[in-house]
Amino acid sequence: MAFQLIDTGGSRSFPERHPLLTAAAERGEVVVVVIIGARAAEAFRSVGSRERYAAILIELGTECLGTHTGEARGEEGSNVLGFARFRLGTAPPSDLVELVHQPRTPETAISAARKLFEDHGLKVALCGDFPGRIIDRLVRPYYNAALRRLDEGLASADDLDTTLKLGLGYPEGPIQLLERTGLAEHFDITQALYAACGDPAYAPARRARVAKQRQKT
Amino acid sequence: MTAIKTVGVAGSGTMGAGIAIVAARAGFKTIVYDTRPEALARARKQTEGFFAKSVERKKLTQEQVDRILADLTATTEAAGLAACDIVIEAVFEDLKVKHGLLEALNRVCPPHTIFASNTSTLSITEIAAGSGREDRFVGTHFCLPAQLMKLVEMSPGLKTSDETFQTAWDFCKAMGQVPVKTKDNPGFILNYFLIPFNNDAIRLVEAGVAAPADIDRAIKTALGYPMGPLELLDLVGLDTHLLVAEALYAATHEPRAAVPALVRRMIAAGRLGRKTGGGFYTYSGNAMFGG
Ligand SMILES: NC(=O)c1ccc[n+]([C@@H]2O[C@H](COP(=O)([O-])OP(=O)(O)OC[C@H]3O[C@@H](n4cnc5c(N)ncnc54)[C@H](O)[C@@H]3O)[C@@H](O)[C@H]2O)c1
Repeated sequence: MAFQLIDTGGSRSFPERHPLLTAAAERGEVVVVVIIGARAAEAFRSVGSRERYAAILIELGTECLGTHTGEARGEEGSNVLGFARFRLGTAPPSDLVELVHQPRTPETAISAARKLFEDHGLKVALCGDFPGRIIDRLVRPYYNAALRRLDEGLASADDLDTTLKLGLGYPEGPIQLLERTGLAEHFDITQALYAACGDPAYAPARRARVAKQRQKT
Repeated sequence: MTAIKTVGVAGSGTMGAGIAIVAARAGFKTIVYDTRPEALARARKQTEGFFAKSVERKKLTQEQVDRILADLTATTEAAGLAACDIVIEAVFEDLKVKHGLLEALNRVCPPHTIFASNTSTLSITEIAAGSGREDRFVGTHFCLPAQLMKLVEMSPGLKTSDETFQTAWDFCKAMGQVPVKTKDNPGFILNYFLIPFNNDAIRLVEAGVAAPADIDRAIKTALGYPMGPLELLDLVGLDTHLLVAEALYAATHEPRAAVPALVRRMIAAGRLGRKTGGGFYTYSGNAMFGG
């Protein structure tokens, strides 16, 4: 499938070469437009005759797709979708693409987007336009709780990690994982969710706040 | 090294049967007590089947299994546990039932016998309070299926002596298990984190953030979990999830522990999970649809 890539630089989803980026050079009629990088919003505004594409995909940060497209009484939805490759802090991106749709996004746009990512070895999880999408929405409260419980002496960091690894088969326990991928990075994501949802479960745990403060100084 | 030679298991249900296998397999003389002979008979049959497979898979020899099974006996009387150095109780999850059992055991067991509880949701200190030996009481929370899972969450009650905890800890390791130490806190570690996490996943479905299959695929792909939360809930059963979550919520009043309304609706509709052919997914035989 021929597609056009608009790379505005500094993409979190594609920080390095990836088969999907190189495939953009393939010739043919452009069916999908993919906009990545820190300035995706501006680039999106300059895409003309949008109806001619099966789908236009904008890389999202912590913002909702609606901030780019506008919204209308729960009936918004067009060939414009959002996406992000899930990535924990400083770890490289995973193979998961969270693909964001709106209530009236047409099925044709969703399947074109899905196919593009799957053709290049990525796995797609479709989700609505909610803060934190799927993974961040689910795991940040769990990470905050683990950090809080560590402070409160529920168990040692090693025993917390061992319990979740042996008890549930997780490849890594929460404390080890947050240390490896960045407590300050966890702070940024969970703080954004806290601001968006107001749910105290997202309020950054003390250890994340400390790490963030140390990063600043 | 462990000072423990003879192990008692009270309650021969799902967990008790598994814990007895673990103790007997490690070479301990093991006595299982249940008030219902049929529970003992069923567990014996399952245990023999389990060890027959161990021989088939060459994990154990027939001679080893014969010795293990000879050392694994059953009783329908509390007095049958009188010779035990430790008794692990895995009877119904009910404080009154547990207190009744422990009171009886306290009368028949010698002073050195340590009592341990496999409770998932009750407080170790509260159970210990009815045991007549609060200093010789410890929490040993095994995971299902106990005969396969290595993890044991061990918690001292407020009055547990250091010596008791250490003896029980060494015994746990001598059984080939991996103990972790946790406070006597609702849900210990595993359920304290898992139950709210699963509730949050249900809330995602409830709010229409994503479909169950998308949530599970996302979690497995991004984080490498062996199962997604909704697949796991279907396996555990929503009725069981409700029981544990309600107990956790009653003990903590943490909002994330509160069971989402969707769970009660699904239970009312008979969608309990795999065992009823449908939960978040639809099952037919071993196949899963909607994935
Ligand atoms: N099922 C799990 O996934 C799981 C996991 C970890 C811990 N636990 C805990 O393990 C304990 C047992 O759970 P289960 O699922 O094995 O229960 P179960 O219902 O399968 O078995 C309980 C057994 O205890 C027997 N029993 C009841 N009262 C007794 C008494 N006074 N004396 C002797 N025997 C008695 C019953 O006859 C029954 O066979 C509970 O405390 C539970 O919270 C369960």
